[in-house]
Amino acid sequence: MSSRGGAPIQYIVRLGPYIPNLLRATVINIELLIGLIAVGYVFGTLVALLQVYGGRALCTVARIYEWIFRSIPALVLIFLFYFGPPRFGVNVTGFTAAMFALGFRSSAYQSQIFRGAIQSVPTGQMMAARSMGMSRIRAIFTIILPQAFRLSIPGWTNEFSSVIKDTTLAYAAGFNEVLRTARIVYDTDMTLAMAVLVFVALIFMVLTLLGNAAMGFVERRFRIPGLEVPGHEKARQMSLGSSGRGRG
Amino acid sequence: MLLRVEDIHKQYGKDKVLCGVSFTMNKGETKVIIGPSGTGKSTLLRCINRLTPADQGRVWLDDEELTHTRTNINKIRAEIGFVFQSFNLFAHLTALGNVRIGPMKVKRMNKKDATTLAMEELERVGLSDKAGAYPAELSGGQQQRVSIARALAMFPKLILFDEPTSALDPELIGEVLEVMVSLAKEGMTMLVVTHEMGFARAVADEIIFMENGVIVEQGPPKQMFTNAKHQRTGEFLNKISELYGETG
Amino acid sequence: MSFEWEWFPKLAEGLPLTLQITFSCIAIGIVLGVLLALGRVYGPRFLRGICIVYIQFFRGTPLLVQLFIVYNGLPNLGITLTALQSGILALGLNTAAYQAEYFRGAIQAVRGGQMLAARSLGMSLPQAIRYAILPQAFRLVLPAWSNEFILMLKYSSIVFTVTLLDLMGKAKRLSARDSRSFEVFLVAALFYLVLVFVATMLLRLLENRVRIPGLGAPSQHR
Ligand SMILES: Nc1ncnc2c1ncn2[C@@H]1O[C@H](COP(=O)(O)OP(=O)(O)O)[C@@H](O)[C@H]1O
Ligand SMILES: [Mg+2]
Repeated sequence: MSSRGGAPIQYIVRLGPYIPNLLRATVINIELLIGLIAVGYVFGTLVALLQVYGGRALCTVARIYEWIFRSIPALVLIFLFYFGPPRFGVNVTGFTAAMFALGFRSSAYQSQIFRGAIQSVPTGQMMAARSMGMSRIRAIFTIILPQAFRLSIPGWTNEFSSVIKDTTLAYAAGFNEVLRTARIVYDTDMTLAMAVLVFVALIFMVLTLLGNAAMGFVERRFRIPGLEVPGHEKARQMSLGSSGRGRG
Repeated sequence: MLLRVEDIHKQYGKDKVLCGVSFTMNKGETKVIIGPSGTGKSTLLRCINRLTPADQGRVWLDDEELTHTRTNINKIRAEIGFVFQSFNLFAHLTALGNVRIGPMKVKRMNKKDATTLAMEELERVGLSDKAGAYPAELSGGQQQRVSIARALAMFPKLILFDEPTSALDPELIGEVLEVMVSLAKEGMTMLVVTHEMGFARAVADEIIFMENGVIVEQGPPKQMFTNAKHQRTGEFLNKISELYGETG
Repeated sequence: MSFEWEWFPKLAEGLPLTLQITFSCIAIGIVLGVLLALGRVYGPRFLRGICIVYIQFFRGTPLLVQLFIVYNGLPNLGITLTALQSGILALGLNTAAYQAEYFRGAIQAVRGGQMLAARSLGMSLPQAIRYAILPQAFRLVLPAWSNEFILMLKYSSIVFTVTLLDLMGKAKRLSARDSRSFEVFLVAALFYLVLVFVATMLLRLLENRVRIPGLGAPSQHR
């Protein structure tokens, strides 16, 4: 059965009818991506602020939170978020479970991005703001955070390109994201397995490229001369584009 | 004649760095090369042991032509010591490790003999008590002395020095020059790029003044200091004597 | 919520497989990663091209897709591997691509003067790489590698999707049997927390052992 297909062109022809479905499923992955990044952003920022400006106790809590979400495999988290809420009478869909599981995990990484950015804003900025008579809170929100936000964009580019690949782990949550859709295709016709999987792989390479281009645009859009992560431009030119590490 | 350099040319892009440099050295001689920065002194040294390939021109060491493509350049380099401005000690090896790695890996000497030899060379530069220290644990002057010992352990016919003291704090220059002076007196053949005129006066058989990729003038130190043929030579010597003083 | 003591030994039965997969894929990753990095930095142009395509593909696509390509896709080409072979191979090929990048960074971070010094002693290019560049690059890359080890420990959990009974596979099976999925996965989570914690400590110990003054920053992961 391995040689029934023959030339690659034949595979492409036979794959044709399934392509619309696969692309529709890809949209679900993108929705999941946006959802989980949003969840991660909100909680990540919160955790970072707690770590930098909260007291000792809050800082410790934030660190334990980070440690837990970084140490448990994504698949286990997804199952916990899928089977957990029903035990307390809340029903969740696979999509919601995956979004929050991957989102909370992402927050544990995004918090570090944001924390690093806050800490790399020179201390003189805070002193200057306070010397103008701003309160600490006001200085944080009007002076420090806007700068930290810009400094954290490269980190987020990386985060984005990392979690986009991990959206396929939602395969385990049993809804029709792109990998499960692919699986359904080749479960009915095993000879198509390679073709459909390579197609999915290509989708992700394209998504990563598009995402990097978009983040590059954001970076330029918010660029302020002199406010840059040291060495970032050089690292960027030397590496092969951003392909963030997935986290397992 | 130990070293014969004939009509070396070297160009980087459109930039002509060396435009026909020729000179010779006898066994046991010490020659000092001086000249403004960017004149091609480092490039000349590197062309001699082919760390940089010359575009044109030939070099002989003991009647063997180094610039011939069939020459085993690794064997030749083992016979020519090179001391760098920035030391370039191997960061993962102790002082002892740095000195014995050449004999062991290039000359296939066994570890015991190489260690004995290396300890002798460290003794010679006054650092046998620092044998176990890593480069990061040594001062600049000590690092440079280790790198001289590393060159000596190969029993070189000739040692090339590229501004061996110009990366050093002033108070550390003396200890390195002292070692070099004693080497010169022991009859080592040395070609030294340096602006330490005290060293030149004390041990140089000849000073070579280079500018814009050519040798402007060469002669014994006395003659160069008292009646240089070219006006530029006199000017330059006065300038560096002012800048560097006459210590060393 | 109620837990069963029996789950602990049952889950622990999956541990050897989890560790076997992690260590095997890391080993493949180190060997292949170093070769890819050397090919990319010192190789001739065409070899560099091959290395770049490899690295881009494996870094640009999801690991789970790669696993399915190896397990379900390769049979289309007449290559059939067992689930275990597929798991180890897919994870190994994947981590190799990342390790290659960490390693390339480390090679390039070793200062250029080190190569000049080695060559000026008469070392050949392979000798200079072997004795001057690699030992330093290995130390510089160690923190990134420890991180990679932890990641692969977690990523090994995906092999349950190809029917393997690692820690995750055992948990899935128990959760189906006892229909107390949440509790079972809480226990599984605890297992992974302990595993990651222990691995982190051991790796930090290793890093401290091979540390050399002046080479590489202190460990900073986690
Ligand atoms: N690898 C290189 N690539 C391009 N240009 C170089 C390189 N090395 C040296 N140069 C150029 O060659 C000229 C001579 O450099 P160098 O030999 O280092 O001078 P010196 O040692 O006399 O100060 C300089 O203009 C320098 O910029
Ligand atoms: Mg120079």
